Amino acid sequence: MKPLINSLPETVITTKIDDLLNWGRASSQWYMLFGLACCAIELMQTGGPRADLDRFGAVPRATPRQSDLMIVAGTLTYKMAKRTKLLYDQMPDPKYVISMGSCANCGGLFQLAYSVCKGVDKIVPVDVYVPGCPPRPEALTEGLLRIQDKMMRERWLVKPRAASSAEA
Amino acid sequence: MDAQEIYSSLEKLFPGKVGNFKGEAMEPCLNVDGAAIIEICRFLRNSPGYRFEVLSDLTALDWPKEEKIQVVYHLFSYAQNHQIVLKVDLPRDNPKVATVEEIWKVANWFEREVYDLFGVIFDGHTDLRRIMLPEDWVGFPLRKDYVEQEEYDGISTQRAPLVEGLLR
Repeated sequence: MKPLINSLPETVITTKIDDLLNWGRASSQWYMLFGLACCAIELMQTGGPRADLDRFGAVPRATPRQSDLMIVAGTLTYKMAKRTKLLYDQMPDPKYVISMGSCANCGGLFQLAYSVCKGVDKIVPVDVYVPGCPPRPEALTEGLLRIQDKMMRERWLVKPRAASSAEA
Repeated sequence: MDAQEIYSSLEKLFPGKVGNFKGEAMEPCLNVDGAAIIEICRFLRNSPGYRFEVLSDLTALDWPKEEKIQVVYHLFSYAQNHQIVLKVDLPRDNPKVATVEEIWKVANWFEREVYDLFGVIFDGHTDLRRIMLPEDWVGFPLRKDYVEQEEYDGISTQRAPLVEGLLR
């Protein structure tokens, strides 16, 4: 049987099912319990009771194999970069990456150092960059909401918008 | 015992092996002949009245103009409450000195660190490998003439010139 993915016409039922799938995914983003430096403290704050990332359905998972989202929180050294790439490769598709803080974005304060990777986008594709040193929990929450927006625009059953218009 | 006394007694016991005493410095220091470092350290460690049981730090300095690398030993005695700093000058093209690991066990990691960042070879060291940088790292980063590689293990080390304009 032909797989259904991205093959159905755009009807009320199929688009609503897509929306339902996206809503389900966006409301249960499990992020990897993964911190590299001081941003990790702020990541814990974001997961804690005051900022409470859990109200958006985001809970930490202690293994990459059960995670949808990787939040790279902290200074990435070259030694760690190889491990980070491995962790990213172990996550199941579809997967998303938030680069949290200046160090993960571009090397930040330590970009002149010999041992610091100049941005996590040198090794894995990044969906959302959160600036700050470190970003406040509100900023990281905003980053998570941007990932949710991105998820809600995705199409699973119907053809992607650009492809279907090209056919017509 | 104050630093001047330590120096004069060392001068008597090891004539020609010690010199260049700086007593005015906050941490009084003296130069030691590299070939005699083991016997002097063992003497300072074991002799009553000296009792330098602690190697608080072992580090190095790079002096490219004088063509030398200086290994620095910070010794401290809890029993006598006195301290001294020993410095050993090594040629920059072939820095090699005997290990003090058998005298202070902690020197094992200190010397690995100095080897990692300066490339000083410690003769007789039981496990002389890099301690912090990855095993396949090229060069010794704290040497003044260290040039960063174009990439490390497939990860680009290039970056946008963000902060150079701000440097004075």
